Amino acid sequence: MSQVKTLSTSVPIAMSRPLLGWTVHDSIVIARSTILASFRIPEALFFQLIQPVIFVLLFAYVFGGAIPIPGADPGSAADSSLYRQYLMPGIFGQTVAFAAAASTVGLAEAMQKGIIDRYKALPMSQSAALIGNTLANALRQILVLTVLSITGYIVGWRISDGILNAIYAYLLLLLFAYTVTWVGAFVGLSVPNTETANTAGLIWIFPLTFLSNAFVPIDSLPGVLKVFAAYNPVSSLVLATRELFGNPTGYAPGADPGFWSLQYPIAYTIISCTVVIAISAPLAIRKYRSVSRR
Amino acid sequence: MAKEDAVHAEGLVKEFGDVKALDGLDLVVPRGKVVGLLGPNGSGKTTTVRILATLLKPTKGVAYVNGFNVEKQSDQVRHSIGLTGQYAAVDEFLTGRENLRMFGDLYHLAPTYVKDRSEELLEWFDLSEAADRPAKTYSGGMRRRLDLASSLIAKPSILFLDEPTTGLDPRSRLGLWGVIESLVAEGTTVLLTTQYLEEADKLADDIIVIDHGRVIAHGSAEALKDQIGGDRIEVRVADIDRVRDAQVVLGPVFGGESLINESLVSGPVSGGSTVLVDVVRLLDSQNIAIADLALRRPTLDDVFLSLTGHSAEDEAIDKPAGRSKKGRKQS
Repeated sequence: MSQVKTLSTSVPIAMSRPLLGWTVHDSIVIARSTILASFRIPEALFFQLIQPVIFVLLFAYVFGGAIPIPGADPGSAADSSLYRQYLMPGIFGQTVAFAAAASTVGLAEAMQKGIIDRYKALPMSQSAALIGNTLANALRQILVLTVLSITGYIVGWRISDGILNAIYAYLLLLLFAYTVTWVGAFVGLSVPNTETANTAGLIWIFPLTFLSNAFVPIDSLPGVLKVFAAYNPVSSLVLATRELFGNPTGYAPGADPGFWSLQYPIAYTIISCTVVIAISAPLAIRKYRSVSRR
Repeated sequence: MAKEDAVHAEGLVKEFGDVKALDGLDLVVPRGKVVGLLGPNGSGKTTTVRILATLLKPTKGVAYVNGFNVEKQSDQVRHSIGLTGQYAAVDEFLTGRENLRMFGDLYHLAPTYVKDRSEELLEWFDLSEAADRPAKTYSGGMRRRLDLASSLIAKPSILFLDEPTTGLDPRSRLGLWGVIESLVAEGTTVLLTTQYLEEADKLADDIIVIDHGRVIAHGSAEALKDQIGGDRIEVRVADIDRVRDAQVVLGPVFGGESLINESLVSGPVSGGSTVLVDVVRLLDSQNIAIADLALRRPTLDDVFLSLTGHSAEDEAIDKPAGRSKKGRKQS
């Protein structure tokens, strides 16, 4: 390379401080880049969209008939349709819980490749890299939830309690997605490499989603597991969305679920998400400040 | 005084648990100069750069970059510097142009400025054609250039280059050297770490040799080379039994200690290529057949052998395999 041209020597023009401050500005820059980058990985996007769709088909057509839903006539065609109504919010809940994976893997990769080091040497807000990343991964769930909802509609799932409640349900799902991405971010910054991020870093999501009411009513679970499932925020999230979408809840009308978290599922979901963010976000940011490639 | 230099560090100590990566390192980079930090892997080069770039806090000692304390005024330091590491830290799923825009935005530069500056840098770094392709599709040399371009978006007055050419093919390395020379000509201060004496020799006004987290030698490339005895001659004799005879007969040519490694005799010489004639003449006078003869520039290994008495290779923890061990020192 032989440069004949010289670079301009004009002084760089700084941006004036945005109204909402640098943290918001920098977070948006990171979120924008993260979303843009995610569309350049077709395999990952495809996988993220296809996996929940496969779950819908698997549960709707393979397991569906074998799981009885209170209030339905076992074995009848109506029961199988009812199970699909019951199932969809469970799939929604499971899917948004897996939003954590994108943050775990994404940040472990960014750390291994030295991008986090570069961010840290920039005069940017030190929490923006994480706020932007978690925001992007939660926002991406809008696309995933859209695809899932269409699939659900095709297999017979319906929104039957008004559009406002449905929007409320989707917002709860996004809040939950944003919550788990912070946990995922902390895990991604704590694991030694991307391989571990891809395996051990994701393992906690499985009991979280399966030890819940997402696929089966929790009354069928034995003692300790039942208590865990009852206080698992995935259960309250799924129950809350079932109520808001007007889908079967797995409880006979007027029946008492027996746990506070399930008697007030919306409140419990919002409270538990707030508590988890309040703990995991500062932990993740502290971890971010201390990590380095070496 | 400390604040006038581009970089001024005193008594830097960095401990990672029981490991002392830096052990009282002093460092001065005058404004507008290029200083090369030369040392094997694990000698503390990268740790030094990471402390100066505010990525690590020193256990002890103080450092000023552009007159700002790296611990207490890290934000001002970050506004003054560009950092390019040995791992091209760009987002490989973003295009070249998108990467530059992202880093420009994160430097809090005006969008119109970022746009103009990006175009200028893409052209300057020969990346205009590839500007809209994801960085994933770039060659190693292109990625490194994009990485360097990203560091330059805010026109930093001080540039830290941590092993900028490690892992690059010779052609890309030459290209990058050209770029660095142009930047220096425009007044950028550069602190460069390298394992290659040739690189420090080519680019740096001043070379600081470090080992075990300490400065063991400091000076211009010329001064350093005089210290280690300039060029070296390597003679491989055809008959391994005559290798000692060859060492004896070449005694007058060598300006310092010579080494034997199997059928190879090597030692420092002065006088450039004319010395080759003497070598051939001397060996011929004793009927010692030559299998191979080379005059080579001193390597990092020679610097280390001469300065520390141990080979740089012995220190290397994660050097790529396949490089031959140099001969043991003869007493």
